[in-house]
Amino acid sequence: MDFLDSDEEEEAVPTKKKARFAEPSSDEDEDDEDEDGPITASNMEARSRALEAKAAAEAAANFAEAAGEGEGEEAMFELPSAEQQEAEKEGGVPVELGELQLRMRECVKVLGDFKKWAAPGRSRSEYVQQLVADIANYYGYNEFLAEKLFDLFPVSEAIEFFEANELPRPVTIRTNTLRARRRDLAQALINRGVNLEPVGKWSKVGLQVFESAVPIGATPEYLAGQYMLQAASSFLPVMALEPQPGERVLDMASAPGGKTTYISALMQNTGVVFANDANKERTKGLTANVHRLGCRNVVVCSYDGRQFPKVMGGFDRVLLDAPCSGTGVISKDAGVKINKSVRDFTLLSHLQKQLILCAIDSINPASSGATVVYSTCSVTVDENESVVDYALRKRPHVKLVPTGLEFGREGFRAYKGKVFHESLALTRRYYPHVHNMDGFFVARLKVGKPGKRRARGESDEEEEEEEARDGAPAASTVEKGGRGDADKAAFDDAADADIIRESKRKYLLKHKGIKLRPKAAVDAARAAGADESD
Amino acid sequence: MRPLTEEETKAVFSKLANYVGKNLVHLIDRADAPHCFRLHRDRVFYVSESLMRLAVSVARPNLVSLGTCLGKFSKTGKFRLHITALDVLGQYAKHKVWIKPNGEMPFLYGNHVAKAHLGRITEDTPEHQGVVVYSMNDTALGFGVTARSTLDTRKLDPMAIVVFHQADVGEYLRDEDTLF
Repeated sequence: MDFLDSDEEEEAVPTKKKARFAEPSSDEDEDDEDEDGPITASNMEARSRALEAKAAAEAAANFAEAAGEGEGEEAMFELPSAEQQEAEKEGGVPVELGELQLRMRECVKVLGDFKKWAAPGRSRSEYVQQLVADIANYYGYNEFLAEKLFDLFPVSEAIEFFEANELPRPVTIRTNTLRARRRDLAQALINRGVNLEPVGKWSKVGLQVFESAVPIGATPEYLAGQYMLQAASSFLPVMALEPQPGERVLDMASAPGGKTTYISALMQNTGVVFANDANKERTKGLTANVHRLGCRNVVVCSYDGRQFPKVMGGFDRVLLDAPCSGTGVISKDAGVKINKSVRDFTLLSHLQKQLILCAIDSINPASSGATVVYSTCSVTVDENESVVDYALRKRPHVKLVPTGLEFGREGFRAYKGKVFHESLALTRRYYPHVHNMDGFFVARLKVGKPGKRRARGESDEEEEEEEARDGAPAASTVEKGGRGDADKAAFDDAADADIIRESKRKYLLKHKGIKLRPKAAVDAARAAGADESD
Repeated sequence: MRPLTEEETKAVFSKLANYVGKNLVHLIDRADAPHCFRLHRDRVFYVSESLMRLAVSVARPNLVSLGTCLGKFSKTGKFRLHITALDVLGQYAKHKVWIKPNGEMPFLYGNHVAKAHLGRITEDTPEHQGVVVYSMNDTALGFGVTARSTLDTRKLDPMAIVVFHQADVGEYLRDEDTLF
């Protein structure tokens, strides 16, 4: 809960500054005291409390002023009654945008300090409901999505997030290190009248484009494959993947090839990259990009990603940039605001859960890499943390490791009553209003030897089937309970159980394309026979 | 995906030889890793053997591309080089042409190279010789066939064509749908 408080503070400070600029003479003495007094650990808390109180008072004055009432604290904001809300929804009473904005601001203020500002007799949920409805109305979201996104953030931050979605993100390009060096490329583009700058300390290949006299996607340098137009956020999963020269890497959903070509460049055209995309039309653009950027170690194929351990296994690293709702890239594709429903989210998270298991199973655990990176351009929890948490529960030999990225917020460890595995704090989230890049999520998983897998018996499979059927994001609230049941469900005949366990292990290995020795294969066949007869 | 037949190999090699001449040997006998030519759905791919072996496990309908695509066979059995072969050609080309900055865009739009745009050309390039076209800062832009020998170009008027356009990197944008 403490993050809520800190955010209020953050929000309060700028408001206070604004107020101070507006009327510099009103409280000079207080200001002096604030700025001149030495800050010590002992008086810090008291000072900050005083600051907060002052900020709140000033913000109130500010808001009242904006409302044109100027009455200070008396000018109470009135929440529309339930009937009014209903009428508004049906379109009976048209609301002007200015009024809407004002009302949103008031709601944010009230929710910021509910005890102080709420009208007597109105509940917090009424304010929240009104605010969500207004957000949906003002920014043009459907109400379901507005609520979903609103719930991710503290109130004031949510508004920032929605605001940021209205603004375009900066254009970034990635130098193709197979063809050019960043300095040379930057010079060549500057000569063409492009205004650019390195994207930040965290990337050695990124350039941010401020303005350009020529179309940045059709310069001779672009056509010659010296750079790729690529959002800054899509550098991150590849950086987390850390592909090494000579490895076998799979990119499960790769079109249009920005990440694939980055992987290939990091591997310096050695080893092999399998670039897969389920959509055959999109593989055309992918192939064109792969060739344009001079990646010779790429095999482009078009499978449903869920077929993967069957097509081929034994990969050192797998990048799964899963198909998602795109709630992180609303600034690019505003269609998301209205065309996503509950069903879309359930279907997508179901697909993502299947894909992440396939990705994990495609790994060769004996490899020194054995890394899966899961990423989405979505900010919702059921497409991100829940999916990773699900994978952690389903594949006990997998664990989360730090992404190696310098910035980004920690992933949620608990959300709306669901408690995730504690290591989910190692995942990283990126937001448009914080990092000025698309909303993004990156998790890096290390795959260990599956031999460590405990025999869990029947209950495990039932659970798996159940979840595969409804695809609902199940929280790991029964982390320990589930394992306790396993003993009960074990077969009476101990010898029988042994055989089954062994055959399952064999089946798993085979499933992942790991060849069994002839003798073992015979065993497996016999065991499989035993399995069937059961 | 299958190896080329005798006839196909001949068609491909004669096209390549037009650009790389005797360097064709280096394409086949490589020092670093053994490479091979593979045909997949009319298209010819130049690919390292290790990559090819892995790509075998991808089913034919699902395989889109592997390694470098050199070009495609037309329905009449003629072989046509694609712009994707530029890397391979550029590495071993015997004759090269550099064009001036003001000639870059016209060439990238699919036009022939006029003499006015010619910056440099390899000495003693014969007539109808395959050449790789570079910009003045040594970025490969495409390839074509000379209209005149180096000696004869000196006498030409500025608007005369010196290199016939065959493929340029602009095709990545213009022909994205048909290229693959």
